[in-house]
Amino acid sequence: MPILLRCHRGIGPAVTGAALVAKDNFSARYDLDRKAGTFSRPSHKLAGQSYAGRILVLDQAKGGVATAWMLRDMKERGMVPLALVFNRVNPILAQGAAFGGVTMVDRFEDGDVTDLIRTGDMLRIGPAAGLVEILNREL
Amino acid sequence: MHLNDEERAMLAGEFGEARRWAIGHQIAVGEFFDAADLVPVSQAHIMGDTESLGEAGVRFLEGLAALPEAERRVRVPTLTDPRGLDVQVYQRLGQSEAMRDLEARAIAALRAFGVLMTDTCINYQTILPPVRGEHLAMGDTGVVIYSNSVFGARSNFEGGPSALAAGLTGRTPRYGYHLDECRRATHSFRLATMPHDLSEWGALGGIVGRACGSYWEVPLIEGVTDTPGSDALKHFGAALASYGSTALFHMPGITPEATESGRPLPNPPPHPPQAGEGRVGVIGRAEIDAFVAFYGAAGDKVDVVVFAAPQLSLVEMAEVADALAGRRVHAGTTLLVATSPEIKHAADRMGLTARIEAAGGIVAAGICFYQSYAGEMAEANGWKRLLTNSAKLVNIIGGYGYRPTLASLERCVDSAVAGRIV
Repeated sequence: MPILLRCHRGIGPAVTGAALVAKDNFSARYDLDRKAGTFSRPSHKLAGQSYAGRILVLDQAKGGVATAWMLRDMKERGMVPLALVFNRVNPILAQGAAFGGVTMVDRFEDGDVTDLIRTGDMLRIGPAAGLVEILNREL
Repeated sequence: MHLNDEERAMLAGEFGEARRWAIGHQIAVGEFFDAADLVPVSQAHIMGDTESLGEAGVRFLEGLAALPEAERRVRVPTLTDPRGLDVQVYQRLGQSEAMRDLEARAIAALRAFGVLMTDTCINYQTILPPVRGEHLAMGDTGVVIYSNSVFGARSNFEGGPSALAAGLTGRTPRYGYHLDECRRATHSFRLATMPHDLSEWGALGGIVGRACGSYWEVPLIEGVTDTPGSDALKHFGAALASYGSTALFHMPGITPEATESGRPLPNPPPHPPQAGEGRVGVIGRAEIDAFVAFYGAAGDKVDVVVFAAPQLSLVEMAEVADALAGRRVHAGTTLLVATSPEIKHAADRMGLTARIEAAGGIVAAGICFYQSYAGEMAEANGWKRLLTNSAKLVNIIGGYGYRPTLASLERCVDSAVAGRIV
């Protein structure tokens, strides 16, 4: 039986993909090279790594307002994470996900999501039900 | 989420496609944050620079702007945050014609909504300061934290699409800082020293922001013995919001919701307590000096000195002009000052712009550097080492490939003249 994590009701469509996990935070303006599709801020724990098509699992949404516009543009250019999974987001990331149609969930019942999920885990995200399944590991 | 008759009609499209999109977006965000209903707002403020809009965002705006006028006009005064470029100086900064063309399209679309093109992140100093209890939809983290904290107004961070939605519906979802229960302090800090200048007020904001680390935490800062001015709280709040994603602070004796007698009680933390949470953090000279020293690079060649983030008040413009004191900026260094269009007009009239430009500086209006294709400017001009008195800018600009250093306004100007960090 896959591991099932419960969270708050989220935003966007259900998706399945591979996780990229770090105990760090996220802002599209501060942290990303949006042309290359990589983390560009040198001090970020995912510096140099590609995020396109991955399910990003991070702690908090940080920084400025720009992410609200940027996710939609990133999605149209095919340079967007497949989904965003956070312990807690701020309004900007929620607004950006709603505007850009990007899947996002937060507020997990079982603890720190960056401990519960490992890089490379296959995840199925169900925002409407508030569920994340880890498909490659058993309880 | 509870909707009244008018809001249901908007959702049904009876007020046109723009308002149908807007309220649909607000409901999606409101339900995510468990908002009970929508609250009327008196102002909205849109971040709409083309670097963040991108081609997709501009096309989205153009789509709504093409609707009949009665369907697309905003219902409450709606202002704009800084733009991607200033047409008077963009060529000197190495910005391209393609950037200018995209800006022109975005401006035309925003004007079609009846948006007031203020192009500023200091509207609380220059356009229409909010009043206590006023519900707003402000679209710049520095504007939100200043409005909430210094004036006691009520706004969440409203990204561009959400601020536009608020302008179109005249409302915003009632969650977060619209609610009393979210406005109480969760963290306490005590100052054992006073910041010396604006760069140190920013450093203090950075220290508190790092310690808070979430939009949902509210710091209480005690021990402020000298009344900080508007520019000091501007730099403090902007850095706090940038490092911490923080939207509200309380300062007993200074801010309206934190009197000595009515000190807010800590909320239960919204997530499992972290190490150190709930303790009083004491911030002294050593903490501020260490924060500044982390970015230090004394002796390095300086490529660009930036005064921005937030845009400069008229008083700061005068301070830059006075600090230059007729000296010339070094040939290998660019000195850039960014302010709002209103302040630029005043600075022109009072001779401040002429004094800064006579020294070799560039005065830009309606931009704020980091929102202005900072990465492309670095490439076009070969900029790497950036010096500024803005802790907020120091935090942001590393992601664009710069190596930033924080220093006082006077040291920034002396370094611009010397061509290296003094």
